[in-house]
Order: sequence, then C-alpha cells, then structure tokens
Amino acid sequence: MERKFVLIDIGSTFTKVTAVDLAAAEIVARASAPTTPTDVSVGLRMGLEALVLPEEQIAVSRKLACSSAAGGLRMVAIGLVEDLTVKAAKQAALGAGARVLRTYSFQLTEEDRHEIIELQPDIILLAGGTDGGNTVNILHNAKVLASLPEPVPIVIAGNRSVSAEVKGLFPQSFSTYVAPNVMPQIGKLVVEPAREVIRQVFMEKIVYAKGLNKAARYIEGIFMPTPAAVLRAGRLLSEGTRTTAGWGDLMVVDVGGATTDVHSFGSGEPSKAGVVLRGLPEPHAKRTVEGDLGVRVSILSLLEAVGTAVVAEELGWTEEEVLAWAERLSAQPELLPGNEREEELDAALARQAVRFGVGRHVGRLSELFTPSGLIWVQDGKDLSEVKTVIGTGGVVVNSRRPEQILSGAAGTENAPFELRPKEPQYLVDRLYIMAPMGLLAEEYPEEAFALLTNVLESKSL
Amino acid sequence: METKTLVLGVIGSDVHAVGNKILEIAFREAGFNVVNLGVLVSQKEFVEAALETNADAIMVSSLYGHAEIDVRGLRDLLIEAGIGDILMYIGGYLVVGSQEWSEVEEKFKKLGFDRVYPPSTLPQDVIPTLRADLGL
Ligand code: B12
Repeated sequence: MERKFVLIDIGSTFTKVTAVDLAAAEIVARASAPTTPTDVSVGLRMGLEALVLPEEQIAVSRKLACSSAAGGLRMVAIGLVEDLTVKAAKQAALGAGARVLRTYSFQLTEEDRHEIIELQPDIILLAGGTDGGNTVNILHNAKVLASLPEPVPIVIAGNRSVSAEVKGLFPQSFSTYVAPNVMPQIGKLVVEPAREVIRQVFMEKIVYAKGLNKAARYIEGIFMPTPAAVLRAGRLLSEGTRTTAGWGDLMVVDVGGATTDVHSFGSGEPSKAGVVLRGLPEPHAKRTVEGDLGVRVSILSLLEAVGTAVVAEELGWTEEEVLAWAERLSAQPELLPGNEREEELDAALARQAVRFGVGRHVGRLSELFTPSGLIWVQDGKDLSEVKTVIGTGGVVVNSRRPEQILSGAAGTENAPFELRPKEPQYLVDRLYIMAPMGLLAEEYPEEAFALLTNVLESKSL
Repeated sequence: METKTLVLGVIGSDVHAVGNKILEIAFREAGFNVVNLGVLVSQKEFVEAALETNADAIMVSSLYGHAEIDVRGLRDLLIEAGIGDILMYIGGYLVVGSQEWSEVEEKFKKLGFDRVYPPSTLPQDVIPTLRADLGL
C-alpha cells in the first residue's frame, strides 16, 4: 500500500501543502501558494508544484484536502429552547467545523425566514424536542424552511418521533438528511453523529456548490472543513490511539483575522471536591468560535471587548495611537507590522483575543448561599487541569512571540472563578501540522499521532 | 397504554437528594417516562425541560423550608412559555414549623399547584391520583 501522502489545506488566503512519509513518520516537504478563489485548483496546482519533491513521488502520493475557502462552511442552527436543543445544535455545527451565522429558538417567524434567506447558509441544522418530546416546534419550523425560495441542504437532528414527518414536509428540491437527535434526553448531548452527517453533506454537496470541486482532478477529495480537521487532530492527541496513550486534556487556540477559535478536549468535570455541576453537560471535544475577536477584520470589536485603554496601558501607547493603528489594520487586513512597536501591539491584541476567547470557552465557578451555608456551583467545563495549550493559525505561528500570545489562555489571580488552565505548557504549531494530521487521523491514527508528537514537541524548529 | 412524561426536580438551593431519587424510581416503575432534573433546579430549568420533553406533569420537591419563595412565579413562567395548563404537584417539607395543613395546602394551590403533599408522603399515595389526573 502507498504510504506517501500529500495533505492540503485550502485556506481563505493560503493553500498549504504538506507531503508526509508515513513509514518514517516525518514531513518530507512543505509549500504554500495563495488561494485562488475563483478556481481553487490554480492555487492548489501552484502549491503542489512548489513542493521540492520528484514529480513521480507527488504523482504516486495520495492527496487529501480540507478547506476553509469560499467562506468556510456557513451554517444556521435551529432548536427549541435556547439553553437546551439550540445549544446542542450549535455545538454540533461548530464541532463539524462550521461558522454558525445565527441560531434560532422557538418558532421561526416571517422575519426569521427573511433573515435566513439573506444569510444564505450552506446547511441548516434543524433540531428541537427531546425524543418523544415536543413535536409542534420542529414541525412548524420545517414548514417555514420548506418555503424558502432556494433549497438549502437540511440536516434534521431533533425529536426522532417526527424525523420522518419533518423530512416529508420538504419538497423534492431540498436535500434532507436525518441524524440522531442532538439531545435525545434532557441533559444528554449526542453531537458526534450529527457532526458526521454534516461532514458528509459538506463533502458531497457543499464542495460542489462552492466550486471547490474544480480541485478534484488533482486530489482524491475535500473531506472536511479545516476547523473540523483541527478538531480531529486535537482529539487524536488528547485521546491517543489503540497502542499509544494520548496527552490527556488539552486545548487548541487559533487566533485569526476575523475570529478566534478555541477547542478543548476533556470531560471538564469539577477538579475540586464538593463542587456541584449545574446545567447541560458539554461535549468532550468542544469548539467555540468568537466572531468579534480577531486581529484584523474584527480588530475594532476586539478592542471594544477588551477596552482600548487596557491595551494602551499595557503597551505604554496612547489610546489614540492604538485606535489609529487598529483602524488601519481593519481597513487593510493584509497589512503586516512594520516595526518592533507594531509587532508588540499585534502580539498584545492577539493575547487579548486568546484571553477573551478562552474566557468564554471555559466554565466558571460561582458561590451559592444556601440555608446550610456556602456551596460552589460549576457551569461549563473545568479546564484548570489542562496541561497543554497548542497555538495554531497564522497569527500565532508567524509571531515572534507566540508564547506571549498563548499565555492569554492561563488563569490569572483577578479571575479565580474562571476555570482556565492553571499552569499549561505552550506549544506552537509551527509547521501547520494540525489540519493535515486531522485529515490523516481517520485512516492512519497511529502515524498521524506519531507525526503530531514529533513535530509539536520538536524544539529545534 | 400511552406513556406520560413527568419532569421531576428539587427546586431552589435545596440539596436533599434521597426523596427525589425514590420518586424517580417509583414513577418509572409505575410506567411513567421520568425526566429527573435532580437537585438545585431553577424555575427556568423546570420550564425548559417541560417544553423540550413535551411533559404531561411537573413534580416539584422542596425540603429545606424555602418552598414558598422558590416556587413563586413558576406557574406564570409556564403560562408565558405556552404550557400554562400543565399539571403540577408539589411535596416535601413545604414550610418551617407547624402550620395548619389546610392553610399550607391552600397557599400552594394559590401559587399554582394542582396538588400539594405533606411530609412523608409515599409514592403509592400519589400514583393513583396522578394516573387519574392524567386520564390514564
Ligand atoms: C438527610 C437530610 C439532610 C442531608 C441531605 C443529604 C442529601 N444530599 O440528600 C443534609 C445534611 C445535606 C441536609 C441539609 C439540610 N437540611 Co436536612 N434533612 C435530612 C433528613 C434527615 C432526611 C431527608 C431524607 O433524605 N428523607 C428521606 C426521603 C425519602 O424523604 P423525603 O425527602 O421527605 O421525600 C419523600 C416525601 O417527602 C415525598 N416527596 C418529596 N418531594 C415530593 C414531591 C411531590 C410532588 C410528591 C408528591 C411527594 C414528594 O416523597 C418522598 C419519598 O417518599 C430530613 C429529616 C427527615 N427525617 O426527613 C432533614 C430535613 C429535611 N432537613 C432540614 C433542614 C432544615 C436542613 C438544612 C436547612 C439544615 C441546615 N440548617 O444546615 C440543610 C439544607 C441544605 C440544603 N441547601 O438543602 C429540615 C427541614 C425543615 C423544614 N423544611 O421545615 C428537616 C425536615 C430536618 C428537621 N426536622 O428539621 N439535610
């Protein structure tokens, strides 16, 4: 069997190509080329040609790709109650690597319908009701969606008692897929099967709808959105393989120009005795995306969240200077820091994006006063025992101070109630190995795990 | 027979877990579909669970003496959520000290409960009434 692979990440700006030799568990060549949005095959071919490898070897290698080009996978998630099936549906979509444009609870209104038409989602995830539970809501919402002027692929993952009926409400022109309920019982989250169905739909439908299939003549296929590949790699590292123990609980952080992604792997159960867990369980592999925290397109909303004064003080700049530079960056996202000072600002902002992104991702403790005294209640995941935080994505990787950026993940004394990693080690995905290994993980988990470990732990890079 | 769904929980900051577990088992054995929210359950959680599961009844427990404060407004929330006519029972130690039972019962009926049970009520005292109330 051929054990040479070329793994491709068709990103929004760059197409990154990584050739690996599984037998040796090493990277043999890497290259990248600008992504060419109108026909991604052009950038892909340039990337392949830039690989310093004999052409025959490229020819015999298997080629797998993931993609976040053409806006990534854009989804709308619908459920019944905000804190229950809506939350579960959102988690399923995020875990499938989607950008969740909007979520909806209860019955869709005429305005909601218009908004969905405007949003033009690639896929709609329709949930609502536990198994045997509420049916009225999902049936209503299916009727509203069935009347959308343009068909949208619909993944149905709600009350299974009416899944078939819901499917039947859509006209032939709609592609509909039934997945197991994202919340079959109160307090039980089942997001993996729906994630897998979404990935299938992405692979079979969305890739064509976006014209990404033009790349098909060079490769086997585009198998998943890039964030889903990163999630898989993180999970593989955390859980290990049949023969090798994993790293245990860990976190992956990706700061981008527009968003900050945080992935965590771990049960998130209370690390301290006597803490009562409240609310819904959270997925073992959890992804959150913060659309207002980015260091280019979203820099102004990032500053708003953090406070311009905070950043200015940290750097010893005036607020006006910080704002002026931020405005330039948001207008010209391709701008790179030109001097030491601007580099410092870049790193400081990225660190704040990590700080806020991780803060929203992790669980928190709160005090509850009861007749018998004080008890501690935990909402969300306790990630204080996470030992490793991996930074990926251009902003972290290209910085000369990646550790400084990633240190925003750790707990601080002024926020003791946030369940952030206490004293993690920081690793940087310098060779962009996460997404490619996520692609490989399904078929070759052992090799992907060995490669990830080799590359991430190597200090000599 | 059609299966009816019950949402169970101990309301407020109350951590008395034993009775809740016993009720869960007894109702399940009696053929009900039981959604047990456990202890420390807020009003919002009762309402949301009842909505998602299309529940037929809500069974509230309160043992620690703060029932009156904890349940105030629950019926209104249910009405707001569109399931205002759902059957609702309460039991446990509802008040502190010795008060006339008929007064206690009256008070909690005014707060929106269809049936109110005194301390040490056994599941078998409740199940036949519940069946009848649900038309089984
Ligand atoms: C064990 C216990 C505790 C344990 C609980 C451990 C746990 N995690 O479960 C601990 C030590 C934590 C505790 C703490 C407190 N407790 Co305490 N506790 C008890 C005790 C001794 C037993 C409770 C029990 O498990 N009973 C067994 C179960 C099977 O019975 P049950 O809960 O009553 O439930 C049955 C029925 O009531 C009924 N039922 C219950 N709910 C419902 C609902 C419906 C709809 C229906 C139909 C029926 C129904 O069905 C159940 C099954 O038959 C009782 C006294 C007693 N003997 O009952 C005091 C008691 C309940 N506690 C009491 C008090 C005051 C407290 C504290 C405030 C004390 C304090 N100041 O520290 C705290 C409150 C803590 C909190 N935030 O909730 C008082 C309540 C007085 C009141 N309401 O007026 C009691 C009655 C003791 C007393 N005589 O003073 N307690």
